[in-house]
Amino acid sequence: MNIDKKITDDLVANDVSFVTTVPCKQLAGVIEEIDARDEIFHIPSNKEDEGMGLCAGAHMGGKRPAIIMQNTAIGVTINTLATLIQYYRMPLPMLISYRGELREPVACQVEMAVHTKALLAQMNIPTYHFHHQSDVEELDAILKYTFMCNKPVAILTDANFWGGYGDQ
Amino acid sequence: MIRSEILREIAPILRDHLVVCNIGLPSQELHMIDDQPTNFYMLGTMGLSSSIGLGLALSQPKTVISIDGDGSVLTNLGTLPTIANNVADNYILLIIDNGSYGSTGDQPTYAGKKTKLENVAAACGCENVVTCKAEDTGTVLQAAIDSKKMTIIVCKCESGNIKLPVITKDPVVIKDRFMKAVQA
Repeated sequence: MNIDKKITDDLVANDVSFVTTVPCKQLAGVIEEIDARDEIFHIPSNKEDEGMGLCAGAHMGGKRPAIIMQNTAIGVTINTLATLIQYYRMPLPMLISYRGELREPVACQVEMAVHTKALLAQMNIPTYHFHHQSDVEELDAILKYTFMCNKPVAILTDANFWGGYGDQ
Repeated sequence: MIRSEILREIAPILRDHLVVCNIGLPSQELHMIDDQPTNFYMLGTMGLSSSIGLGLALSQPKTVISIDGDGSVLTNLGTLPTIANNVADNYILLIIDNGSYGSTGDQPTYAGKKTKLENVAAACGCENVVTCKAEDTGTVLQAAIDSKKMTIIVCKCESGNIKLPVITKDPVVIKDRFMKAVQA
């Protein structure tokens, strides 16, 4: 299975047509796939809170948005999640590279990893953790759930899910 | 002229377009001067007016005007390269530059010192950047709308605020009303 293609296919099948990204090594393939698809407008953002602003505008313009980012961004976006996405009840699937988990080579990444689920829980954000490749089978249902309830929803995807870091 | 006087003067122009209005006093002033379903008031999240407006402009065909401040643009300076590289010709960013953080007590911003936001915008790749005096805002804004070219307007005005109430509308009501106006 090509995970990058499967994720992108699920986004397209759920009418997600506006995707903003802040890159992570693990996300390179899916970002490339999204960029190549005509059905999706891909707009890279410089910071994740800016990206959530773009998604808020797209939502109000009638598009289904999504953001792709690293879990370190949870530290950047708490205020935006609370006072924009949640306060105005906006749907936002967040496909998140969960750095600092098993098979992580960079020690500093663990420092935000240990806070990630606690912060998401504190924010009452529905959170799913993809650890095995087969977990991606739930993505379609998660996307439907997100646009049903009009909430930000986190999909944490760790190194094991992506197949490790290769040469690192 | 101060910001509220500019908003009062351009309200008849804004009324016909989708407006995303910056957090704090700008939204409170616009709400008091000319509340319209086509206005989206930001109740939180300083800095994202330009991003919300760009996302909206890229997602539907109507003209979108983001009203922002110099302090808010400085908070989200990464917005300018994103705007420059994702041209939406139905998008206007109106930066009301009074050189201060008006909503928090008029503390000076760096835009009121050495930093020129019009130069920053141009350096980021924005192609139509217009600087104007407060008195000319209406004329410049109308010309930008008529040009159908994405435009960044930096309107230089005096610092100062008027006393007015906070917005008590529910955010979901603001959004719902706005989305219906977008679709109308």
